Amino acid sequence: MNKPKLAIIPGANCAGCDYSLLDLGEKIIEVLMSVEVAYWPTAVDLKLEDLERLPDGSIDIVLFEGAVNNDETKEMAKLARRKAKNLIAFGACACFGGIPGLANFASKDGLLQKAYVKSLSTINQQGTVPCKLTRLDGEELTIPELLETVKSLNQVVDVDYYLPGCPPPLKLVDEVLTAALSGKLPPKGTVFGSMKSVCDECKHIREEKRITEIKRYHQSIPDPEKCLLEQGIICMGPATRGGCDAVCLTVNVPCRGCMGPTPESQDQGARMLSALSSVIGLEVETGMSDEEIRKIILQIKDPLGIFYRYSLPRSILRRVWGVRE
Amino acid sequence: MVENFEPNIVVFACNWCSYAGIDLAGTSRVQYPHNLKVIRVMCSGRINPVYILEALANGADGVLVTGCHPGDCHYISGNYKTRKRMLLLDKLLEQFGIEKGRVRLEWISAPEGERFANIAKEFVEQIKKLGPNRIAEKLKEEVEVV
Repeated sequence: MNKPKLAIIPGANCAGCDYSLLDLGEKIIEVLMSVEVAYWPTAVDLKLEDLERLPDGSIDIVLFEGAVNNDETKEMAKLARRKAKNLIAFGACACFGGIPGLANFASKDGLLQKAYVKSLSTINQQGTVPCKLTRLDGEELTIPELLETVKSLNQVVDVDYYLPGCPPPLKLVDEVLTAALSGKLPPKGTVFGSMKSVCDECKHIREEKRITEIKRYHQSIPDPEKCLLEQGIICMGPATRGGCDAVCLTVNVPCRGCMGPTPESQDQGARMLSALSSVIGLEVETGMSDEEIRKIILQIKDPLGIFYRYSLPRSILRRVWGVRE
Repeated sequence: MVENFEPNIVVFACNWCSYAGIDLAGTSRVQYPHNLKVIRVMCSGRINPVYILEALANGADGVLVTGCHPGDCHYISGNYKTRKRMLLLDKLLEQFGIEKGRVRLEWISAPEGERFANIAKEFVEQIKKLGPNRIAEKLKEEVEVV
């Protein structure tokens, strides 16, 4: 019998997801023995042409890593869809846009200006920025062009399964690969992970306390027994899907939200906004004026960046709409 | 200012105070602009920020959230939760690049029909000055044909 084919196709990624595969340890040998790798640029010397040559729909499992941020990654996403029998959005970036999705804070030109001209460590008096086509000595050179808005994989092509996380938790990687290799995949559209929030898996104790001060993580050493949110440290736990066994919290680090929104919510930031405003204030609601509440809220320096750290492109508003450089 | 611009405004009103107040404006035949579409919810504390984001993403030019005056909530503390949420949402929307004033919170009690009409008029004027909310069309352009 022919072995099932596996391809791992990168978009705008950092290869951290590849590491999560290697973290499988000895199990990776078992996995690689039972599949035929069709494409995996990080680990296997196969060229893009080799992938293109395969018939459409012939690759049993395609893991797409990273967001879609330029015309090249967009093409890769479309290629992945064409060749795949099962297309899996692998990691937070493919699922929700992830860290590259934070580019949606700025416009395309704003980004290029910031990176190549205006940053403090850059000297670029002519203001040269990369452009799609350059002619040099009669040769034409092209590089990928940024999209105006960074997208998640499912905003560009149809996606069969989602495996969130930055990087995806080992347990879930194992679960996905086992399911895919044994042909026992769940219904299309399944998100691998828990149906509950990170708080459900977190060992810290909640006391229904209220906070009157927001602390940044480096400003104090949090009590390892008590809920971080109730100690004034912003933890994305209540707005984030579980399945990661709350690993960050076991080492007393607040959740950053890489598993994306909880199953019942469409917008991670809005969910976090509700959760956080419930813990702000005093036990007696009438005890604070608008001004006093505003003072606490102003201590949250960057709500958009914190609440949507991994999910801005998949949020309801998707990007920052004002002109910003 | 866009000519002949008639804003599309979504109003969320709590069942116990604000909706009764808006109802009173109607039964006492107080005139107020037709731009407002009132949605009744049981409590202003029930208004998920998602509703407001969805309204803005689907072409609402303004969103008016109304509830009982502080201390008057039928469920004791729902409107206090709304207050905190709206203060934080203000900051978030500012970061999203949405003009200040498109989303507004007002306390309207059951006998304040007249006051609601005045707020409605003032809010419509304010949104007319801000102009149409273009996010919905721009979002449509973003959506790829899958």
